[in-house]
Amino acid sequence: MSGRALPLVSALAALALTLALAAAALALGGYPPGEAFGALLRGALGSPQAVVSITLVRTVPLLLTGLAVALAFRAGVWNIGAEGQLYAGAVAAVWVGLHAGALPGWLAVPAVLTASVTAGAAWAAVPALMKLRLGVGEVITTLLLNFVAIDLAAWLVHGPLQEPRGVFPQTESIAEAARLPLLIPDSRLHAGFAVAVVLAAVLALLLRYSRVGFSVRAVGASPPAARSAGRMPVGRVVAGAFLVSGALAGLAGGVEVAGVTYALYENLSPGHGYTAIAVALLAGLHPVGVVGTAVLFGVLEGGASAMQRSAGVPAAWVDGIQALVILSVLVVDRVARRILVARGGRG
Amino acid sequence: MADAAVLTAFLEASVRLGVPLALAALGETLSERSGVINIGLEGSIIAGALGGALGALATGSAGVGVVAGAAAGLAVALVFALFVVLLNTDQIITGTAVTLAGLGFTAVVYQSRFGTTGTALTLPTLDPWPVPLLADLPGVGTALFAQAPTTYLAYLLAPLLWWLLFRTEWGLEIRAAGEDPDAAAAAGVRVRTLRVVTCLAAGALAGVAGAHLALAHTGTFSEGMSAGKGFIAIAVVVLGRWNPLLVLMAALFFGAASALQFALQTLGFDVGYQLFLAFPYVLTLLALAGWVGRARAPAALALPWPRDGA
Repeated sequence: MSGRALPLVSALAALALTLALAAAALALGGYPPGEAFGALLRGALGSPQAVVSITLVRTVPLLLTGLAVALAFRAGVWNIGAEGQLYAGAVAAVWVGLHAGALPGWLAVPAVLTASVTAGAAWAAVPALMKLRLGVGEVITTLLLNFVAIDLAAWLVHGPLQEPRGVFPQTESIAEAARLPLLIPDSRLHAGFAVAVVLAAVLALLLRYSRVGFSVRAVGASPPAARSAGRMPVGRVVAGAFLVSGALAGLAGGVEVAGVTYALYENLSPGHGYTAIAVALLAGLHPVGVVGTAVLFGVLEGGASAMQRSAGVPAAWVDGIQALVILSVLVVDRVARRILVARGGRG
Repeated sequence: MADAAVLTAFLEASVRLGVPLALAALGETLSERSGVINIGLEGSIIAGALGGALGALATGSAGVGVVAGAAAGLAVALVFALFVVLLNTDQIITGTAVTLAGLGFTAVVYQSRFGTTGTALTLPTLDPWPVPLLADLPGVGTALFAQAPTTYLAYLLAPLLWWLLFRTEWGLEIRAAGEDPDAAAAAGVRVRTLRVVTCLAAGALAGVAGAHLALAHTGTFSEGMSAGKGFIAIAVVVLGRWNPLLVLMAALFFGAASALQFALQTLGFDVGYQLFLAFPYVLTLLALAGWVGRARAPAALALPWPRDGA
């Protein structure tokens, strides 16, 4: 990602390109683009209530999984498995949350979140081990594990963890004590938002200023150079980045359960772990940038149903836009690189 | 003779489920041999499924549907090839985006055409074509040789692609592009053109695989029905060591693994439907873990070329 020389300019250029492509595709499908975008923006940002209870709530899992992907990609780890790690975290969070009734709140919530972090890291440990010990590339393994995690969660809500009446394919609600407190009273915005923003700042500082962060960046830039010139334990850096990435994605699942749904059900995530790739790339893999792009995708997803209601545009449209964002980032990145090379040639 | 019936049904399902994997994996073998890994294969498959469904619906002919599916898969692969080969973008990220685009926009087209709550689509299906004589073989005859015509395409393509890759000048150029594109280019091989061609071929075959899913399996289309088959197909290429003949066998083996769920359910094993669904993915992971050390990928696979970038 050499476009990082001018990250904000690159991101804005990619966004403009996405908007143009999206408008063209909407018009091609017979929908007036202005009307569709207007409905989307009104749905996501039309009132303080919409901003807080729809858009920002939607931002939280995107922010956490976006950080997970950004960290992994920075270390040169192609973790496409944030979706599966999110489900692993959600399953663990629900399991602990269902049994946490007797615990006081100050203990129950951390227990639930710790469980989700651990489960996400454990789910990422499988492809990490396969990569480092067996030499199996992580792209396919992380993708396959997404399907396993989703099927596993579906099995649990139809079987062992199904609510006692056995009517709905979902678990019982987790104990009151295990739920995240609200950040703003009378809204749906929970403390997970604050947790995610703080984690973004911590990650940014660590990547920028700490030795570990330097190792991650060096290994991501060039593993052989980091090994020979920097004498870095490349394997350990890769493993660490992989596990922390999985932990962040797992936390996304835990926070979603403890802050929003209070239960596990099928299709808990509409593909947050995949959207996260667009979130991270548009941010130039920078944690602070991820906060901004996560909000942007929160707007997109938050407004999608309003767009469907008032402009008749299928909500699935937003899934296509995330792909357009990634492709636009790639185009802008290539163009930026060519400009830089041309300038360098003259100087 | 209930057991014999179960066995016949199992073999029949093995081939039916293995064929889309085989078609997609055979195309992917070709593109990976030329140095391009296409994670967007999944996007080509789902586009092929929708293209196949729409084509069959519009004309009432499943055969036309297969052609439309191939065209849709090829169109998706064209986007991928333009980015990866001409813009020299990262293959993994581009492929992921292409898959997401395929899944997203097929859902959009399906929803705007048929609504979100509509009843399942009923499509013309690909009828089995029994091969004279072979279909009458005892035991395996019907399973292997009384299948949809797309099945025979897979049977024929495997030896054809093997011959192409290992016995022709063109195959040598493809392999050279995948092992050492610099040397290949210096020797006069048009690396980029070759890679575009192999990517498009892989996309068209993945499109046929998708059409097979919609028209030979179920006679319907549903959102996300490709269900990761593109990713499993990429693993199948590894297990088949980038050799079309072995790739076909690996694909049929995976078809058998997926068919096992139906056979076991028929025999009364009940461990939960969703766990059965997870089985092929777990098996793929186990196979990769146990097998991959013995295989060697084309040396330039997934690397940008030319190296200097711009």
